[in-house]
Amino acid sequence: MKSAVLVFPGINRERDMARALKLASGHEAAMVWHAETALPRGTDLVVVPGGFSYGDYLRCGAIAARAPIMDAVRSFAAGGGLVLGVCNGFQILCEAGLLPGVLMRNARLKFICHDVHLRVERSDTAFTRGYNAGQVIRVPIAHGEGNYEADEETLKRLEGDGRVLYRYCSAAGVVDEPSNINGAAHSIAGIVNERGNVLGMMPHPENHVEDIMGCTDGRGLFAGLVAHLEAAA
Amino acid sequence: MKARVTVTLKSGILDPQGKAIEGALKSLGVAGVASVRQGKVFDIELSGSDKAKAEAALKDAADKLLANTVIENYRVEVLG
Repeated sequence: MKSAVLVFPGINRERDMARALKLASGHEAAMVWHAETALPRGTDLVVVPGGFSYGDYLRCGAIAARAPIMDAVRSFAAGGGLVLGVCNGFQILCEAGLLPGVLMRNARLKFICHDVHLRVERSDTAFTRGYNAGQVIRVPIAHGEGNYEADEETLKRLEGDGRVLYRYCSAAGVVDEPSNINGAAHSIAGIVNERGNVLGMMPHPENHVEDIMGCTDGRGLFAGLVAHLEAAA
Repeated sequence: MKARVTVTLKSGILDPQGKAIEGALKSLGVAGVASVRQGKVFDIELSGSDKAKAEAALKDAADKLLANTVIENYRVEVLG
């Protein structure tokens, strides 16, 4: 799996992401500066990592979403290429129009930085095939604007098409009000686009991939992507 | 030429920041505050002098960047 990790000014999770990708695939990820206009040849996966691109000025992800490299990402996605956006990366993909909806300020206004539980809603996608449907995983979040909102019709479509892949839940896997950490509509933690090749999620699977991190629940996402690409090759 | 673009949240969009400000104003005893919605104001200086062109450029700026039209409305004023 050849990955390209986008780097914007103010991004700070790109190395964590590159490390997780190397661990899962054995290949060094290419770090791609935002001012570039093309992705490295043979890229299988584009990752928009987390952080605070442009200091969250204007709106989270708004300025990064208009960077030169994003046109290349748009055509990569249009051609069916896999794109993963985590945290600020999710915000950037929404601002870029690659995913519907918007990430609003957390309902209780606080920046939240701790582990949460996620329910994997289905296992038959590129981004979840490393898990079982209904499996509960533990991964960290670190965001102030992760409250996913979209209009009723969009939410209905997301649910109807099974495009909600990850949902906030309790340790036992129950999706309820107290476990909906940031107030997101339908407890949404991660969604894919219509074609299923672009995933945005607020939690950080790349931070739970090694024993030293205290948990390896994030591994499945990356292992799944590697398996998906191998199966497709 | 001076211009102003005002960006506000669409009605129906939850505004937790506005709510917090509303609460603070009430606790300060400011009388008669029914509700608060927070928005943004951009004061922009333009180099040309054609008002119609300026308005078109500002609308373009708002659509492309200044506002997220999924959740926000904007108003463009060329102040002259």
